[in-house]
Amino acid sequence: MIDPQLLRILVALVGILVFVALNALALVYAERKIAGHVQRRPGPYEVGPHGILQPLVDGLKLMGKQLTTPKDADPVIFWLAPIMCFMPVALCMLPIPFGPNLVALKLDLGIVLILAFAGFGVLSLCLAGWGSNNKWSLLGAARSVAQNVAYEIPLLLSVLSVAFMTGSLDLATISAGQGALPWQWNALLNPLGFIIYFICALAETNRAPFDLPEAESELTAGFHTEYSGMGFGLFFMAEYANMVVVCSVATVLFLGGWNGPFAPGWWWFLLKMYALIFLIIQIRWTYPRVRFDQLLNLCWRWLVPLALVNLVYVTIIVKL
Amino acid sequence: MFTKEQIAERGFYTQHFEQGKQDNSLILNMGPQHPSTHGVLRVMLEIDGEYILRADPVLGYIHRMHEKMAEGKTYAQFITNMGRVDYLHALAWNWAFVGAVEKLGETPPSPRAEYLRVITCELNRISSHLLWWGAYLLDLGAFTPILYAFDDREELLDILQDLTGSRLTYASFTFGGVVTDMSDALKERITRFIARLRDRLPMYKSLVTDNFILLGRVEDIGHIPVDMAVRYGATGPVLRGSGVAYDVRRAEPYSVYPGLDFVVPTSDRTDALGRYLVRMQELEQSLNIVEQAVAQIPAGDIQAKMPKKPKVPAGEVFFAVEGARGKIGCYLQSNGSGSPYRVKLRAPSFSNLSLFAELSQGTLLADAVSILGSLDLVIPEIDR
Repeated sequence: MIDPQLLRILVALVGILVFVALNALALVYAERKIAGHVQRRPGPYEVGPHGILQPLVDGLKLMGKQLTTPKDADPVIFWLAPIMCFMPVALCMLPIPFGPNLVALKLDLGIVLILAFAGFGVLSLCLAGWGSNNKWSLLGAARSVAQNVAYEIPLLLSVLSVAFMTGSLDLATISAGQGALPWQWNALLNPLGFIIYFICALAETNRAPFDLPEAESELTAGFHTEYSGMGFGLFFMAEYANMVVVCSVATVLFLGGWNGPFAPGWWWFLLKMYALIFLIIQIRWTYPRVRFDQLLNLCWRWLVPLALVNLVYVTIIVKL
Repeated sequence: MFTKEQIAERGFYTQHFEQGKQDNSLILNMGPQHPSTHGVLRVMLEIDGEYILRADPVLGYIHRMHEKMAEGKTYAQFITNMGRVDYLHALAWNWAFVGAVEKLGETPPSPRAEYLRVITCELNRISSHLLWWGAYLLDLGAFTPILYAFDDREELLDILQDLTGSRLTYASFTFGGVVTDMSDALKERITRFIARLRDRLPMYKSLVTDNFILLGRVEDIGHIPVDMAVRYGATGPVLRGSGVAYDVRRAEPYSVYPGLDFVVPTSDRTDALGRYLVRMQELEQSLNIVEQAVAQIPAGDIQAKMPKKPKVPAGEVFFAVEGARGKIGCYLQSNGSGSPYRVKLRAPSFSNLSLFAELSQGTLLADAVSILGSLDLVIPEIDR
């Protein structure tokens, strides 16, 4: 007899993979369309009405391309990296509550699971940079390690401040603990924590203005310089899946999850999540890239101390 | 020294560059296919982490021996070459060569042609600066500004297409004049364009120039003290960004520039931001020049009376104009025959690039990209 809990996780995993894949398609389209409109051009327009089939064609193109392994590269590490990059992202979605009962895996330590798997991402970038046998890739990998290690700390501290407020590490409890109205959400009760989380999330997902590991005007394409076809495609999908994860977590932790002023449900969750993703895309097409030392200075000199101060503020003021 | 096989395997430049290598450093090849070397410049870097210990530009990837080609062509045939030396400010190069021939033959162009030359040349300078602006910000990781710049530039290229017959590699100057005249409709369009760009420059300032991330990438990066700029022979916005008000249009006046009212923008900052600001102000100044030239242009022929094939007397001459990147010089030696005996071109990008090796020492890789962009290099002009 199959354990019903296992069956539930399996069904949920398939559902999540479909959700992540569809999201990647939708976000590629959204990104290109938004970029187009920011830049006074229509964006994709040729394939299907208003270019709606563009991401599908993009995907087909990537699949049709030859997979090449560079000379003297380590083939095992080189091909392990993109797979490792994508896999943990799907697992990160497991404990996220989309609605009151719409959650794949009810866990008391949901947020810990997400943070643990999110740490995997940097390992895959590191392997990709090392396995490519390319100096630019190596520089990109070195940057991504330094960046992710640095930004994990303020990220954890800002998440911790929310955990202190709610007294729980269970995402569903944190969601349910926030009220229906915007001023009852953690983003307004704990604004500094939200801002720190958002900045760190940008850095964690390697999005502009913190896209240093793949800064194409400096490092050609950083860690994925040598990848062709779906090797690059998996990194690309992982980036969008990562965006979905960090925005989902932000929605749960800071924006009240599925709660809304009226008719609470998963639609509120998706609305808030996509609003955050829209913001991230808009930022990418608006700002220049920061320099590497500026990025690390921002983290160690500002975000870490501020996050600590915020933690003290939350424990003292909110709890009393 | 090296065996033939070693040189064939590692390359001539790589071998020599590696001789001074320190322990624990990495030799990195930036270009000739790197996105921010704009074309085919190759820079060899020795880096420690992301800090640059040494940098050495490697030239010659787009050497097309323009100077030698001049010796086998007639004077008129060589004008088309000049549009290909610097494809972004081709008309200034046109002018340098045509002006040298006219100076040697003492056959000045017609008054209307002088104004048409000023108008087209300044419009071309604006399009060059706009492209630099977009490409520089692309180097710094901002994708959007280049599309705004190209939106303006598109309108400009349409105007220049009507005025000169081509959109990029112009060859519209003739000895004693220009090829096509300006219609009243075009005058109207130029006036509209001036108003449009004046309307948009404040937006660029508030959206891009004042952005704190951008300022962090250009402020106090790549300081060029005056003596260093002079030592390397830097000209144009690179020199003016170091606070020296040297502009060929004012220093060695030619054509109708003395009669036009414009200032030479300078900045005492000496860093990449200084050069950035100088170029942004030059956009405004060029608009002023075009506005005045369009208002003052006299009626008359666009071509002075001259034989079809210019009779250039034996002798030598040097004629310089102010290009978008600096002083463009053309040294011409004639022996009285139908083609030049010797042509030597002075390309501003060449001297500006030679600053890079010293400037980039000790900076971060990202700063080196910012410095390289702030020098506004056009690689075909360096190699010629």
